Order: sequence, then structure tokens, then C-alpha cells
Amino acid sequence: MPGGARDALPDMVDEGSDVAETSSDGVAVGGAGGANDNAFVRFAEVQKSYDGISLVVKSLNLDIAKGEFLTMLGPSGSGKTTCLMMLAGFEPATYGEIYLDGQPINNVPPHKRDIGMVFQNYALFPHMTVAENLAFPLNVRRMGKAEVQERVQRALDMVQLGAFGGRRPAQLSGGQQQRVAVARALVFDPKLVLMDEPLGALDKQLREQMQYEIKHIHENLEVTVVYVTHDQSEALTMSNRIAVFNDGVIQQLAPPADLYERPDNSFVAQFIGENNKLTGTLAARNGTGCEVTLDTGESVKALAVNTGAVGERTMLSLRPERVMVDPGEGQCDTRVPGRVEELIYLGDHIRTRISVCGRDDFIVKVPNSTEHAGLAPGNDVALGWRLEDCRALDMPANE
Amino acid sequence: MTDVTGTNGELVTADGRPLRASLARALRRQKLQALLLVAPLFLFILVSFVLPIADMLFRSVENSIVAKVLPETTTALRSWDPQGDALPGEEVYAALYRDMLIAAKNRTATRVGQRLNYESSGFSSLFRSSARKVKRIKAGPYKPAMIKAHKKWGKLETWQVIANYNARYTPGYFYAAVDARIDTDGGVTMQDEDKRIYVNLFLRTLGLSLTITLATLVLGFPAAYLLALLPTAKSNLLLILVLLPFWTSLLVRTTAWIALLQQQGVINEFLVFLSIVGTDDRPRLIHNQVGTVIAMTHILLPFMVLPLYSVMKTIPKSYVRAAISLGAHPWRAFWAVYFPSTVPGIGAGAILVFILAIGYYITPDLVGGTSGTFISNRIALHISSSLNWGLAAALGVILLGIVLALYLLYDKIVGIDNMKLG
Repeated sequence: MPGGARDALPDMVDEGSDVAETSSDGVAVGGAGGANDNAFVRFAEVQKSYDGISLVVKSLNLDIAKGEFLTMLGPSGSGKTTCLMMLAGFEPATYGEIYLDGQPINNVPPHKRDIGMVFQNYALFPHMTVAENLAFPLNVRRMGKAEVQERVQRALDMVQLGAFGGRRPAQLSGGQQQRVAVARALVFDPKLVLMDEPLGALDKQLREQMQYEIKHIHENLEVTVVYVTHDQSEALTMSNRIAVFNDGVIQQLAPPADLYERPDNSFVAQFIGENNKLTGTLAARNGTGCEVTLDTGESVKALAVNTGAVGERTMLSLRPERVMVDPGEGQCDTRVPGRVEELIYLGDHIRTRISVCGRDDFIVKVPNSTEHAGLAPGNDVALGWRLEDCRALDMPANE
Repeated sequence: MTDVTGTNGELVTADGRPLRASLARALRRQKLQALLLVAPLFLFILVSFVLPIADMLFRSVENSIVAKVLPETTTALRSWDPQGDALPGEEVYAALYRDMLIAAKNRTATRVGQRLNYESSGFSSLFRSSARKVKRIKAGPYKPAMIKAHKKWGKLETWQVIANYNARYTPGYFYAAVDARIDTDGGVTMQDEDKRIYVNLFLRTLGLSLTITLATLVLGFPAAYLLALLPTAKSNLLLILVLLPFWTSLLVRTTAWIALLQQQGVINEFLVFLSIVGTDDRPRLIHNQVGTVIAMTHILLPFMVLPLYSVMKTIPKSYVRAAISLGAHPWRAFWAVYFPSTVPGIGAGAILVFILAIGYYITPDLVGGTSGTFISNRIALHISSSLNWGLAAALGVILLGIVLALYLLYDKIVGIDNMKLG
């Protein structure tokens, strides 16, 4: 991003206070309304049902801080988009209250919520030029002509499309349309920006580039963003915190590193990143650690994160890059024998599929170094890992 | 790399032929195949559609009958001045005598009479009786003899009409179609006030078609909008209801309207029952323009709903949502964002309904009475009853011209590329 655009950005946030009906600055800190802390967005016991039979969102409690980039991540049908639509005002909450900036907004119609939104298909108005698209929210707010023009140009410069104001959306590439959509959602200095899988339609390379651009825009404008995606790498790249949704419930709410390194339950462990699982029965607990007897008889030391009483079933979660091949003595807490089934060459590392403890889908990422050059299908190898890398979690229902 | 460029810089294939020629040769077979596939349909359209229409349109200017039946007379008349006030000389009457003799034998005299009767009444009987009497004339001079056979031959006006309408091609039908005529002195004047019908009829046809188009738009737009909003299963069910009229005969639908709209019909009885109108002052709903507009709006409604629906279905819901999230009131979001996106559908539906309406025949004929008929009813009258095919053809050409002009106008304003039929 050019330096000039970056300098201009904080001004836009400051000027927002005379646009929004209530000031976007300061009020939340003052603690107006029902929220008793400085949560900027708050879901309080929110439930949502479409058919009156089943709940799509089950008793959601979520606080989002001002300036935070929060991602709602989950498989399709997990309720994340429904939450976003309730926040935007397009779906009414069946029960519970949503607060924005301290004010309950259940009865505020969507056009008065002052929330910018980026849609999956961009939703740029095809009969308007790019500049007219950006001017739309400003004209709706009866802003002066000169100011509209200035803000539109500034927003276009921000997304590096300064010369494209006169074009129609159809004349732009997918990535350019995406930038216009982001600029349009920001141009009127909304209190909050919602993004509903905005990068879903882009190809991989462009998607990664746009991830950084959105991240930088967020950092520069210090705007609060709620982002919905089912793409975990997108979530890990951009977010301050990630709320992992499944079955209408937030499974874990944590910063990206915590989510990957320290999943709370088996769903998060399997949904985020690659995961090796071993199933067994809890044999003993000692403080934070525990001992698990695998179904094939081996005894494994693990970190007791989310387990029941001794004797109950548990699933062990192991990241592929934390498993050591032929570990040296004392390097690890657990050692098990295995047999190499398959090698997949990936340049910097070799994905190795190994049969371990009765499972043949155990993946180990072996660095491409001379140390492990002798690995070949059919070889017997010893595997090992440290206690804290092996997390004993709840048993998924379908295992 | 071998050199693939020919002498003049053109690409060549391996055997040295120009690439362009080789490509054309390779594609020739494909082109021929495509041509053969469409040939039967093309021939069918040509024989059964294009040629008859061209022939019919040609009749609007064709006028060879006079010159064909009266060849010598028309030649002899060239030296006569129709603007003067003297009757033609003896040589014209002699030519007329010879022509009439042949015409009487071939029984073609009445056809000329009929043709000239369109321009001035009395010619039909003049030629019929002259053809009978001409055989009795034995010798000249023919001028007094012909005048004796029928006194109209002694009238200046008779000869002026023949002189004005003896060319092989005539604009006369077109003048008639716009309520004008070629005067006896060769100039063009408007018809007398009480004989003017066609211009008003054209204006009425355009006006009623426009009314019907607007009515279908006003009624069809909300219906199409509802269809587009509903989930597919429900919208398909409703779509069947929209299409239902297509599966019923046009005649049945029109006559059903007669039952509904007539003085003692369902609607009037209901209004009387509700005491909205007295039994003696029931509104006239049929055999006037009201009847035509009601019945045709109903019949043409699907042609508006379907293009609108197919366009609305492709407008993502997120457009309106985006506009609302940007701060626009739902009404403003609808008019500023949704409505402009439906314009291609409105354009397609409107032009479809309007063009269908402007040429409609059966429904105005059955429910229009005298004040609610269209120009096509008049064309049908001239084709089937008065047998003035030339005038019918001229009216048809003008109607076709109006439709094409409107189409071009539409193209200029909205753009035909913007139109979506589905």
C-alpha cells in the first residue's frame, strides 16, 4: 500500500463521528446501554430457528472488542452466516439480544444499523459505475457533493483503483470488483464491517493477496471486522480471534495460534489444520498429564485437555509436524513402532503415510533433509512425540 | 524451426499453401453440412411465409389491371391533358371500344370496374353495363356511341380517374390508407372529414396497445416479483397458473370474457347485487374500448410476466441487501438498485406485448364492438369482405412500418442487447 493512502486512512475514521447517528468513538468506553464491559458487539443468549423445530444457532454468547478482526469459521450449515445476518439485521433473532456499541439493536432496521457489509458475490450494482457505487451510501446520507467526491476518490485510492471510478463493475476483474466492494463497505465509515465469505469466488493466488490487503486495511483503519469463512487458512492469516462454529455452537474462541496449537476439543483439532488421531481409553491421570491405553494395547502419555473420568474413551490429537521419526533417546515421552506405507514428495518436506497402532492414515511431515533419505515404503520406523504435543480430547460421536 | 512465412509475409502451411486458404478448405465441409441442416426449414419459411408476405405487400402498389385490360385506351390517353376541361378525342374512344370488346369477350371488364370503383363509386356498374352494350356498337364514330352506351363516358371526371390510375404502380392505396386521395386533377388532398377512418384507427390501435402494455406491466410486475422471491417449489406452482391460459384456446378465453362483461353478465350482476350500481345504469363493459383493454390485458399478461420473471430470478438477493446495509431505506433500495436491474425484462415484456397487441385481431373483433376494434380488423375486412386487397396490403405495410420504427426507437433508447426473453 502506498504511503500516501496509509496516511489518509486514519482521518476517515475520525470523520466518521459526524456521519454516524451515534458517535463511533468513546461511547462504548463510557459504558452506555446494557453491556457492562467494553464489548463493542455482544451476542447475549442468541438463538435462531428457521422452522420452529430445530435451532440453527444455539444460545450464542460472544463479545467482540472494538477494532478487533474476528472470524467466524465453520463448515457450511454451522450457523456462522446466520449469526452474521442477524448482526446485519437481515434475519431476526428468535431469542436473545444483540448489542452494538452498547445499544440493543434487535429492533433497529438494517439500514439504520450503520454496518458496512461485503457480500460473497460482491453485490456491486451493475448499472452504476464504480464511483457511483461508492457514492451510493454517501448520497443516501445526504452528504454534500464535494465531500462525496473526495471520499469516493480517497476510498478508491485506498484500494489502488484510483483510475477506475468511471468503469462499470462488469469491466473489472474479480479481484478489482472485490476491492471495490471492500471500499464501498468502508467509505461511509461504518461502526462495523461484516464480510460474508468475500474471497470465495477468487482463485487461490488472488485470494491470498486479497487476504493481506484486507488485513492491512483493517490494521490501518482500526475498524472492527466480523468475517465469515469456511476456509481455515484465510481465518488463520487474517484474524485476531477465530470463533469456530459447529452445529450452531461456538466450539472454541481463540487467537489463531492457540486454535492450532491448543485445540479444546476433537472437532477443532480435526477442523483446523491436519490432525492425526489415535483412539483409546483413559488409564490414569496425574495433574495435567494422563496415560491412555490405545485400542491396540500401546500405552501413550498425553496432555489431559478434555477428557472424562478414568476408563472413558478419548481421542488423541497429534499434529503431523510434531511427530519425530527415529527420535533420539530422551527426546520424546512416547515411542511407537510403525511401517512406512507411502511417500509423497512435496519439495520442502515429504508427506509420509505410516501404519501406527492399528491405523494406516497416520501422516508425518518429514523435512527433506539427508537425515531421512533412507525412508522407503515397507520400511519399519520408530515414531515418537513429546507429552505436550499429544492432546487427549473428547471422543467424537461418530468414532 | 522451418520457415512458415510465405513470400508476402503471409503464414503458409507445410505444403506451401497460404494458411488462410487451407483453413477455409478445411472448414468448407462443415459449413456445407450446417447449410444442409437448415435448408429444409429455410425453404419452408421461404415458400410458406416470406414469399406470400412479399406478394401481399407488393399488392399495395401493384395496379397493372387497368393497363392490362385497357391497353390501347391507356396508351391513347397519354396525349390527353386531364387538367384541361375538354373530353378526350375520338381516337381515345375508338381505343376504348376495341379494349372493351376484348374485355367483354374475356370477362375482365368487371375487374377493372371493381378496381376503379375503390377510387370513385359508379365505375363498377359503368364497366358492367358498357361491356354488355359495346357489342351492339357496329361502327364509328365511337365517341357519341360510347356516351350513348353509358352517359358517364361523357363525363370529364370519369376520364380523369382512368388517367390517374392507369399506371402499373400506384401510391393510391397508401393515400387511401392515410385518409387521402388523388384528386381528379392529379393532386393529393385529404378525404372529406366524415370519410376519414384510418388515421384515427391507427391512433386508436397505438393508444389501446399502449394502454394494454401499461396495464400488463402494472399487473405483471408485482406478480413476477412474488414469483422471483418465492422458493422454487412454490414459484413453479404459481408459474403453472401463469401459463394456464396458454393451454386454453384464445377463442375460449375471449368468449369467456363476453360472458363476464356483458350487460347481464357476471360482473354487472355482482355490482348490482352489491348495490354499487343501479340495475338500470349498469356500466357498458363490452363492445367498446373497455372490453378490448380488459380482455387483451388478460390474454397478453403471461407475455409480460415471463420475461420479467426470468430477469428477476437472475437478480441476486444480495443487491437489495447491500443497498440496505449501505443505509438505504428498503424502498429506496428497491427503486435505486432492484428496479433498474429489471429494466431489460420490462423492455422485453413491453415490446413483446405491444407488438402482439398492435396486430391483434380476434379479441377486438369479438369484444371491441365498433369503438374498440383495431386496424387489423379493418385489414381483415378488406381481405375477406370488400376484397380491396391493395388497400389491405397498404394498411399492412404501414402497420409493419410502425412496428419496425418502434423497434428501432426501442433499440436506440434501451438497446436490443439489453433485452432478455429468458
